[in-house]
Amino acid sequence: MAVSVRVLGQFPGLTRSRTVEGHGSDINGLIADLERQYPGFRGLVYDEKGEVLGYVNIYVNGDEIRSLRGKATALQNGDEVTLLPAIRGSALSFTEEQIKRYSRHIILSQVGGKGQRRLLEASVLLIGAGGLGSPAGLYLAAAGIGKLGIVDFDLVDLSNLHRQILHHNHDLGRAKVVSAAEAIADVNPDVEVVQHQVQLTSENVMDIIADYDIVVDGSDNFPTRYLVSDACVFGGKPNIHGSIFRFEGMATVFLPGKGCYRCLYPVPPQPGAVPSCQEAGVLGVLPGIIGLIQATETIKFILDIGESLNGRLLLFDALDMEFREVKCRRNANCPVCGDNPTITNLIDYEEFCGIRAASHQ
Amino acid sequence: MTEAVKVDLEIDLKGEVCPYTFVKSKLALEELESGQVLRVVVDHLPAVENVPRSLDNEGHQVLEVVQINDSDWSITIRKA
Ligand SMILES: [Zn+2]
Repeated sequence: MAVSVRVLGQFPGLTRSRTVEGHGSDINGLIADLERQYPGFRGLVYDEKGEVLGYVNIYVNGDEIRSLRGKATALQNGDEVTLLPAIRGSALSFTEEQIKRYSRHIILSQVGGKGQRRLLEASVLLIGAGGLGSPAGLYLAAAGIGKLGIVDFDLVDLSNLHRQILHHNHDLGRAKVVSAAEAIADVNPDVEVVQHQVQLTSENVMDIIADYDIVVDGSDNFPTRYLVSDACVFGGKPNIHGSIFRFEGMATVFLPGKGCYRCLYPVPPQPGAVPSCQEAGVLGVLPGIIGLIQATETIKFILDIGESLNGRLLLFDALDMEFREVKCRRNANCPVCGDNPTITNLIDYEEFCGIRAASHQ
Repeated sequence: MTEAVKVDLEIDLKGEVCPYTFVKSKLALEELESGQVLRVVVDHLPAVENVPRSLDNEGHQVLEVVQINDSDWSITIRKA
């Protein structure tokens, strides 16, 4: 007889799964089969005399076997057997350290142990370990995102440190991905950090984003922003967007089938038309605010709670200290995600910032 | 009523203090199915009030809170 067996407490540590399949004409036969599959199983169920341990309850289709025929309780194909031991608090699926670390999350009814588990099983790719990626990365790591990928080609420069809080004085000249990985490991060793020290291009972007559930775009240049947006449309990935300029920032969420960056701005500005990168200047605290809006939306998306920023463009002005929002729905005429897309391949735009753009003209 | 209710899961939280008494009770309830019963034993006096109140706030049914010896209390909850 093939039955499905739901195991709780310490059993999943042995079976590696909460639901396993077993065979047997009665409970005794089933336990023998599970012992063959998972050596040591029998010892978790029976005492040395072969009797069911007093603190282990076994249910067949919801009835405890002590009210049936004990170990001789017959099994039918398709029966559901549940093994439920009395457990000490620490035997749950979190370690003692995790219970303490995430207790203020677990207490929240919208998060709980289940939500924290989702965060620990989630994977997020940060585009850039700079102004936006720093606060987003640190808080996402602290929140227990299981896997954080970081894409950044740059080295840490002294001019970064007034806003890029992942990096420190002792990191000057080091790769940002390395510096970021160290900072994150210091905050939360639960997080697996994957370093991508590459320049994103049409050649590698699809492969890199494929390994992640969500992309957080903290890029500081148009070629990367368009590349990431297009790649997220083609790859069906949520893109949590943020951008900053002097004293102003914006943030929104692009979900698959529900808009992209080109719905807002179909093509990049002409070289020289918009000041960008180094020339522009930025208030150091600004990326802290925008980057944490991105982190917040990322966590809400993973937990599936609240009202997403999808369809809304949030605008922030630090000088007026004012938030406003405008609608940003999917644009049917969008060249990438519209009804009749004209862009069907990734594009490597030229960097059009400062000297390189000028020399290109 | 103590003997009448079938307890599906029992956890010993003696030595734990707030908020971990609640956190661990909540995690244990998440392991159960709706309608199943959890019994927790605590010896941290504030938890005797806090745990039932917090679990009640989350919609679970507190069946019984009873002192079982000089130091320990038993709290029985049915999962919502
Ligand atoms: Zn679009």
